[in-house]
Amino acid sequence: MKKFLPLIVFALLCIVPFFGLSTYVMHILILVLIWSVIGMGWNILGGYTGQVSFGHAAFFGMGAYAAGLLYQHLGISAWWGLPVCVLILTALSLIVGYICLRLRGAYFALATLALGEICRVAAENLVDFTKGNMGIMLRERTWVDKTWYFYIILLIAAGTYILIKMVMESKLGYYFVAIREDQDAAESLGINTTFYKTISLCISGVLTGIAGAYYMNYMGYIDPSTVFPLSEVSIATVVVVMVGGAATYWGPIVGAVIMVFLAEEIRSIPFIGAAHQTIFGIILILIIMFLPNGIVGDFRKLIKPLSRAKRECHHEFN
Amino acid sequence: MAQLELFLQTLISGFLLGGLYALIALGMALIMGVMRVINLAHGDFMMIAMYIAYWLFTFFGIDPYVSVFIAAPAMFLFGLGIQKYLLTPVMKVDSILPHNQVILTVGLAMVFSNLATVFFTGDYRSTPVSYASSAWYLTDFWKNSPVELSLSMPWTLSFIIAVMITIALWIFLTKTDTGKSIRATSQDLDAALLMGVNVNWVRMVTFGIGLVLVAVAGCLFLPIYYLYPALGKQFTNIGFVIAVIGGMGSTDGAIIGGLILGIFESMTATYIGMGWAPAGRFSIFVAALVFLPGGVASILRKRRLGK
Repeated sequence: MKKFLPLIVFALLCIVPFFGLSTYVMHILILVLIWSVIGMGWNILGGYTGQVSFGHAAFFGMGAYAAGLLYQHLGISAWWGLPVCVLILTALSLIVGYICLRLRGAYFALATLALGEICRVAAENLVDFTKGNMGIMLRERTWVDKTWYFYIILLIAAGTYILIKMVMESKLGYYFVAIREDQDAAESLGINTTFYKTISLCISGVLTGIAGAYYMNYMGYIDPSTVFPLSEVSIATVVVVMVGGAATYWGPIVGAVIMVFLAEEIRSIPFIGAAHQTIFGIILILIIMFLPNGIVGDFRKLIKPLSRAKRECHHEFN
Repeated sequence: MAQLELFLQTLISGFLLGGLYALIALGMALIMGVMRVINLAHGDFMMIAMYIAYWLFTFFGIDPYVSVFIAAPAMFLFGLGIQKYLLTPVMKVDSILPHNQVILTVGLAMVFSNLATVFFTGDYRSTPVSYASSAWYLTDFWKNSPVELSLSMPWTLSFIIAVMITIALWIFLTKTDTGKSIRATSQDLDAALLMGVNVNWVRMVTFGIGLVLVAVAGCLFLPIYYLYPALGKQFTNIGFVIAVIGGMGSTDGAIIGGLILGIFESMTATYIGMGWAPAGRFSIFVAALVFLPGGVASILRKRRLGK
């Protein structure tokens, strides 16, 4: 059963558009899938390799701007952003990796935090190139209906899931986990830690960038404050993965489902809506304190009280 | 001559700004040294202290420089509480990721800045103190000086208080038992434990002192800056940029790094343009990462060892 779970979920999602759901529900499902891809991308670097990034908005926004600028300056379809952003983000990841992954400790977290801000400042100030705070708008949409958008992001998400599973079951995945567990030990076993951390960053950055390029095509409009913000993208990514469970296959997906639905619900409540950041912050703090490995990672811990209660019920009845 | 005047003026204002930056970075460096945690809510704690000082000024007419003595102890107690009930428990929690405490401070930052927006709205506020625009001139002291320089009065006052606080901190760290325990814990945690240092207590005090320093910086910034809920992020950035320039967890490095960043930002603002100050800040950050990953502290250490 467990072996076929991904296939069952995929098959169920494939037939979802045939149920004639409203556009709003389809939009929410697409958002969940986008966040799953970003979360899975973050997870390979933050969860499996142990290099926590606070600047994934940089990769997301870079992907989105790659698609948008291709359309803006070259006049070609923004869908070309998906393949092109792979090149751009690999280059960016190599540069970032060279600068800060050779250092230990908190440098990487700080450097990514700065990277996100640098990208936002650059996108705001390079008005001639990025149109600054005006943002970029696609004047014609590919489809009016959301069905095809849904299938494309579903394919991207499924591909991401398979890629991560393949990587983590290969030698590469074992290197990543070894680096997370003990960098000195990994190095003494002959693993070039800087190199493999950079590989992990490349995979992570490219996946996040693809999600960004898709976002540009799907939403049709971006500006620096929607794709490069610290709390709405960078930190939200960390929250999604932490809630679901870092270093688990299903964590980012579960986290994305919970956080997207929660965000939609909270924002619709009149007075509490303005304080949704507070609620996310409190959720993050509570998760770190009581379920540090997330819902998926600490699933046993979560169901233990339940199953114990069930057992006690049985005892009473017997 | 006008060029020279402009340069000297920029240098001096950068120096004054750097003194205040150093105070923010000192708190961050202390916390980083003892707990190996980057406090990414540092700027937001400063924002809270600034709101305390602001409301004291608005309702009771207390001068921001006087409210240092109210905001700082309040933040000290707040820091003890946060360390005891949030950060220390997380340290014991068994988890995959090593950076849990850092992520916790990110959560705190989100909560604080959002709550401030909800309760105090996003308005820009400032305290209209009577001496806000008064200044000292070099010609007041030296009649025939070749160059004319002016020093803003609140900037100078803030700088002098910042220097006094820094000296007080230095005395505390070198002369008192608690201060020595803090330095011991930051040098070698296990050795400090073996010498009978109550490490949990030291951690609480350090976090409290870190917040005191940033609260003082907030009160000193209030007469010369404006206040809004999202201000914390900017000062957190400044704090960690200085931490990297100075060397992670080094207090000497934090002071020098603060002065470097203050002068550098002042120079970019004068010679390139105000909007590029953040870009300048991050370019010096990247330069430090590439060319001097150990920060200023690594140079200091080398000299001390006589290599």
